[in-house]
Amino acid sequence: SQFNLLLVMLFVTADIISTVEFNHSGELLATGDKGGRVVIFQQELESKNQPQCRGEYNVYSTFQSHEPEFDYLKSLEIEEKINKIRWLPQKNAAQFLLSTNDKTIKLWKISERDKRPEGYNLKEEDGRYRDPTTVTTLRVPVFQPMDLMVEASPRRVFANAHTYHINSISVNSDCETYLSADDLRINLWNLEITDRSFNIVDIKPVNMEELTEVITAAEFHPNQCNTFVYSSSKGTIRLCDMRASALCDQHSKLFEEPEDPSNRSFFSEIISSISDVKFSHSGRYMMTRDYLSVKIWDLNMESRPVETYQVHEYLRSKLCSLYENDCIFDKFECCWNGNDSVVMTGSYNNFFRMFDRGYRQDVTLEASRESSKPRSVLKPRKVCTGGKRKKDEISVDSLDFNKKILHTAWHPQDNIIAVATTNNLYIFQDKL
Amino acid sequence: MFPKGTKRKFSDSREEPVAGGEDVNQSSLAAVRMLSSYSLQRQSLLDMSLIKLQLCHMLVEPNLCRSVLIANTVRQIQEEMTQDGTWQIMTQALSAANAAAQCSADRLVATEVLCRQTEAAQGEQVPKPFPVVGSEGCPAKEVLEEEAAAAEVGMTMSTVSPQAPTSYLPGTFGMDPCWEEEETGEDDDDEEEEEDSEECGSGSEGEERERDSLVEDTRTAEQVFGTFEIKNPAPSPDPALEELFSDVDASYYDLDTVLTGMQSVPKMGPYDLLESLSSHGPSPLSSSTSCRSDLNELDHIMEIIVGS
Repeated sequence: SQFNLLLVMLFVTADIISTVEFNHSGELLATGDKGGRVVIFQQELESKNQPQCRGEYNVYSTFQSHEPEFDYLKSLEIEEKINKIRWLPQKNAAQFLLSTNDKTIKLWKISERDKRPEGYNLKEEDGRYRDPTTVTTLRVPVFQPMDLMVEASPRRVFANAHTYHINSISVNSDCETYLSADDLRINLWNLEITDRSFNIVDIKPVNMEELTEVITAAEFHPNQCNTFVYSSSKGTIRLCDMRASALCDQHSKLFEEPEDPSNRSFFSEIISSISDVKFSHSGRYMMTRDYLSVKIWDLNMESRPVETYQVHEYLRSKLCSLYENDCIFDKFECCWNGNDSVVMTGSYNNFFRMFDRGYRQDVTLEASRESSKPRSVLKPRKVCTGGKRKKDEISVDSLDFNKKILHTAWHPQDNIIAVATTNNLYIFQDKL
Repeated sequence: MFPKGTKRKFSDSREEPVAGGEDVNQSSLAAVRMLSSYSLQRQSLLDMSLIKLQLCHMLVEPNLCRSVLIANTVRQIQEEMTQDGTWQIMTQALSAANAAAQCSADRLVATEVLCRQTEAAQGEQVPKPFPVVGSEGCPAKEVLEEEAAAAEVGMTMSTVSPQAPTSYLPGTFGMDPCWEEEETGEDDDDEEEEEDSEECGSGSEGEERERDSLVEDTRTAEQVFGTFEIKNPAPSPDPALEELFSDVDASYYDLDTVLTGMQSVPKMGPYDLLESLSSHGPSPLSSSTSCRSDLNELDHIMEIIVGS
């Protein structure tokens, strides 16, 4: 097998991780949690160039991004859980990221401070003001080195634009605008302007009683700044061109796979609901995740995906139980590797799956302390679907559905992956 | 579990060689058993889905995607059951059972009607008093706050049919006034509404407290019975009540409209009262949107005032 992964780091987080995202260089890894906190990890400089431990990341900055709020009008709480984090491409020394909860998006600036001015004339070192009459000489303050301090400050707050829960944010390739999507609407923002956003998609029916479909995810094309896609709870993906009209309710392309009549059940629609959509780095393909599979679509072909990978087909016969315990509504994410040759997504029992598109191989791995011995490669796992269970196989009925891996991320250039279980963050790297 | 493949099994068993008359009966029996097991499974899926929809309204803010998916599933089952003819049988059976449960509701009905008749001095149709009463009724609101939207949904589910007396439980209107308001909104002017609310508020608070405890008891029954009153509402035995609701558009009481309509309705807050009092009786179709945009405005104003 060509998947040889070593566990490099394991972080135990204070709260349930709700999003994981590498920045554009891969040097920084941000996580958001249910308590509204953002924790940023940084790749260790010394180990970056050493093949065996380039996956070493350490905590770089922690800050409280969102607080719980109360909507007085509706008598409802607004959760502080961070739904998504997206990094902006780096333009200067500081780093910028967007983080969002259900209602409000914030732009955070993360900057380093490693020197401070010393030698003021009117102030003491501790900050107290000196009596001006005691000043007899003048000196020029100079910068002196200090211990590195990482500061996170909110630069913009984009609020009050979403009636429904925000599920996605995506920065445009123009680096000036970004979109935010909730269940029924998508808004376009300028990063500089917080009091105004443009509504570009609105699928809210005039009569809410007619509502049968919601938006589940949205993303800008990586290269074409006029193009974005959004997925729905009915398993469709719509590609929209903002040049066509101000309101993109009319899609340019509609991607939908015809239903397989032999698999039809009362759960067909639910399992077809798309939980995540991601463009490939090249911009030629996009990947969607529904409950049981990952599909790769060629943007030039709307009729069906070019590749379909089964994540955990053995669950198809368990859909009723999964409906009963609500697991059928779990929203799994998916991601591409740097050169779009491998895709990855999570599953239950702390399993995650990788599919190599070129070699047509796939593997199931487990993110757990027990299965990750230091210095040893992760062993592939296998789920036994029926009949006699072989040694080392796990039967479907023994799977722990509370241990789900919803969020995974892949380093943009290297084979370093971040996998989040409920409140553990695993960083694996490729064994070279 | 519920795929149409189950029916394929049925035909498989039919393909078995039939030796004589007895065998034919046996395979028919097996087929019947198979079908009824499918029906049972389908029924349990329907029940499960309806419970999920009620539960999801108990949460702080329901996940719209999940609600929509569950509602669509219920609709699918309902469609299939309608095609089978099972839906009609079930609703008839349940409305009969519901009739038996009506006696406990009579007392509540009486107080409600009484309240309404005091405000409607001319005896003309008063299509809109319920929501106003509900919004004035603080005890009703207390119950709502205690059990979040559990009560709300319970009531909404049983509010479905305008004809059946079960929907006249006063708790109902207290629980979901905004939605009711949209459906029954007429061209009352503000003055009349305010008068109505004042009269009801002062006259019936004691009764409302009584009502609430009764609401608790009957609610479970109503949740179950009420849900099936959707497509074929039982004929109302009370002509006065029937008259009052005769102008209500029955299409709003379809299962799917109830379930999805609920999602757009915010829980009644203190400022919804202002909204309902100042409204000029919007038509049902547009009220949801105007209600929402006004609410957003109020939301915005509240944020400024509160400084949140």
